[in-house]
Amino acid sequence: MSPDRATPPLLGDETLLYGWGGTAPTRAHLATPLTNADAHHLVSAAPKRGVVARGLGRAYGDAAQNAGGLVLDATALSGIIDADLERGTVTARGGTSLDELMRWLIPRGWFLITPGTRYVTVGGAIASDIHGKGHHVDGTFGNKVQSFRLLTGTGEIRNIHRDTEPDVFWATTGGMGLTGVILDATFELIPTETRFIRVDEERCADLDAMFAAMESSDAEYRYSVAWIDCGARGRHLGRGVLGRGNHAFFDEIPKAKQARAHTFGPRQLAIAPPLMPSGLINSWTVKAFNEFWYRKTRVSHRGSIQDIGLFFHPLDLVDEWNRVYGRRGFVQYQFVVPFGAENTVRQIIEALSNENLPSFLAVLKRFGPENPGMLSFPIPGWTLAVDIPVSRTSLARTLDRFDEMVMQAGGRVYLAKDARTRPENLDTMYPRLPEWRAVRDALDPDHVLNSDLARRLDL
Amino acid sequence: MNDALGSVQSILILGGGSDIALATAHAMVARRCRTVVLAGRDPEAFSGAAKELTKAGASTVERVSFDALDHASHAEFVRGTFDRERDIDLALVAFGVLGDQEQAEHDGAEAIRILDSNFLGAVSVLVPLVEAMKRQGHGTIVVLSSVAGERARRSNFVYGASKAGLDAYCQGLGDSLVGTGVRLMIVRPGFVHSKMTDGLAAAPLATDPQHVADTIITGLGRGSEIVWAPGSLRFVMSALRHVPRVVFRRLPL
Ligand SMILES: Cc1cc2nc3c(=O)[nH]c(=O)nc-3n(C[C@H](O)[C@H](O)[C@H](O)COP(=O)(O)OP(=O)(O)OC[C@H]3O[C@@H](n4cnc5c(N)ncnc54)[C@H](O)[C@@H]3O)c2cc1C
Ligand SMILES: NC(=O)c1ccc[n+]([C@@H]2O[C@H](COP(=O)([O-])OP(=O)(O)OC[C@H]3O[C@@H](n4cnc5c(N)ncnc54)[C@H](OP(=O)(O)O)[C@@H]3O)[C@@H](O)[C@H]2O)c1
Repeated sequence: MSPDRATPPLLGDETLLYGWGGTAPTRAHLATPLTNADAHHLVSAAPKRGVVARGLGRAYGDAAQNAGGLVLDATALSGIIDADLERGTVTARGGTSLDELMRWLIPRGWFLITPGTRYVTVGGAIASDIHGKGHHVDGTFGNKVQSFRLLTGTGEIRNIHRDTEPDVFWATTGGMGLTGVILDATFELIPTETRFIRVDEERCADLDAMFAAMESSDAEYRYSVAWIDCGARGRHLGRGVLGRGNHAFFDEIPKAKQARAHTFGPRQLAIAPPLMPSGLINSWTVKAFNEFWYRKTRVSHRGSIQDIGLFFHPLDLVDEWNRVYGRRGFVQYQFVVPFGAENTVRQIIEALSNENLPSFLAVLKRFGPENPGMLSFPIPGWTLAVDIPVSRTSLARTLDRFDEMVMQAGGRVYLAKDARTRPENLDTMYPRLPEWRAVRDALDPDHVLNSDLARRLDL
Repeated sequence: MNDALGSVQSILILGGGSDIALATAHAMVARRCRTVVLAGRDPEAFSGAAKELTKAGASTVERVSFDALDHASHAEFVRGTFDRERDIDLALVAFGVLGDQEQAEHDGAEAIRILDSNFLGAVSVLVPLVEAMKRQGHGTIVVLSSVAGERARRSNFVYGASKAGLDAYCQGLGDSLVGTGVRLMIVRPGFVHSKMTDGLAAAPLATDPQHVADTIITGLGRGSEIVWAPGSLRFVMSALRHVPRVVFRRLPL
């Protein structure tokens, strides 16, 4: 490999890097390769404490940090390389954001698997094997990936296809960037007739009603997710709003919108100011907000036509909204437990409500089947995600207790969100960890790929 | 690594026999900490403490030799420790002597020993320690200062001066660390029942090592830069700071 430019890329300035939760920053060299050759050069020149790729830093914890080492900012390795709009596949570089992809694909009648924000990269989407509202139908982002090119810790660039190298493929998909840098990937798309989603919303008065509604109707919808008001107690425990949708067909949208059925140009409405006081998010403000959110939905509301951006990414309307949590930041606790462990979900919601932990709308989703990803998060069952500000000393113990309950039920926490679980828990939560380690060790015997998450959880 | 809620996984204790430090180590082991390095003048003497920590859940407890007065050894000591361990998430600077105030008023050597043990020795090891943590890209340093450094008292001003020096140094050092991924927290305990104060009459608002340990844990979780033990001392001291000297020197402190 010879670099296209005369000067090799610099190791980069030392920078303090945070995850989206803003909790445990560490300092590392941050380098921005422009070409694959740059990336190759940087990985080969990685310092003793190793290197890890970073996308748009939307992982909540420390996955895209590498204290004292090198962090490879992959966002300049961006752009669509190739697309087959007949078959519905696209090849994009690892640092391409889903936002960019959607702006290009939606007007052409294609969509992809998206998490709750468009500001994640293809590399980050594969490394965390992300899921969206459609998991029960489409599976994870990784389920749609056919192949990718991986720059490994030994400096090789390997073509990994899911059929020919399933081990490396499924160790990398969900592998938190620890098997190498994803340079580009080819993945399958979802066809759409319009840029709209036909949405049905329903208020559910308690958790049982919510479970029942999701069980009985998820099959009718490609997308389904519930917002739970974690402040509600007693007979209201677990009440929330269930939102489900399907891609709207052309003749389902109002005539006025048909002319612009494919236009996709989401805008941001606001940006959060940089210095918000700690404590703004407290049990009072959160209660008021959650109450408002619950009440604003009519008891049941069918067939509204929503823009894709609004349906999937309401939070993207406010840039850097994570700042409202103030200096001490917040954690997102996301777990999954298998079907049959509904009681664990209930107990955790109950505990959140009893301890009066200020948690904004929690998100509940029914996962579909799991995939072969060795460290992929989704298993068939219920997943709940809650944002909690770091304000109380007791939070550490509370979340440790939740971990125990989740493990007892055969569940796990999501590594892309985690910033605090114990390393001892990993073997129980991810029973295929030894298998993953074997593949990783074969690819990268010296553990050149390393991150704060890997150190903290002893991966 | 430090986690999002202020827990750490590996700690280095300078002054490994300190009652306050051991109580703190236990509190950290009860949370997440698995590796403890006990450093002090007589590492053999730490075997009992090491067993206790292992029983409490630590997977590795190392005992190593460290003398605050032997400045020349400090750089090598720090290098060796960071080379051996995968990471040191937190270092607790806990060594110190109360010294003999009376003797120190006549014998310069005793005065110097107190200043050296509590202040110069600490600065001497903090310099390489901070460098090592900066290279590591993260870390927390907790320094045991004292209320005695807030305002010098007739009854123990040599000790007080040593802690005042240490405290001032650490305030500036903490500021210098902003943006480095390393942070420093100063702990200002009042009277603590420990080996150091054994046989002395307890002062008002006296606490025990366990309380200081809890204060440290809470402070780390909050991202505090200075904590007092007990917390109320902060207000007591801010009042005492303004008491006129003629009155202050007569107070039974
Ligand atoms: C508002 C919001 C909503 C979210 N909703 C969801 C959701 O619904 N479902 C879901 O699954 N997740 C969700 N997430 C989490 C997010 O999708 C993942 O954390 C994702 O990995 C972030 O991508 P990123 O590009 O920002 O990667 P980063 O956060 O920068 O990195 C995440 C991981 O990916 C690795 N990585 C990044 N780029 C590469 C590369 N080129 N090659 C190899 N490894 C790489 C990093 O090393 C790291 O381990 C949400 C996050 C936010 C902030
Ligand atoms: N107790 C209080 O009331 C109080 C109040 C405020 C602040 N503090 C501070 O808190 C810290 C811990 O005190 P503590 O109460 O836990 O007392 P402690 O149990 O007496 O601990 C002090 C430790 O320092 C060690 N030490 C002294 N000189 C040393 C040297 N030159 N090199 C290496 N180690 C040395 C001692 O070890 P040896 O066995 O080798 O002597 C002892 O283990 C001290 O800095 C103290 O000043 C204490």
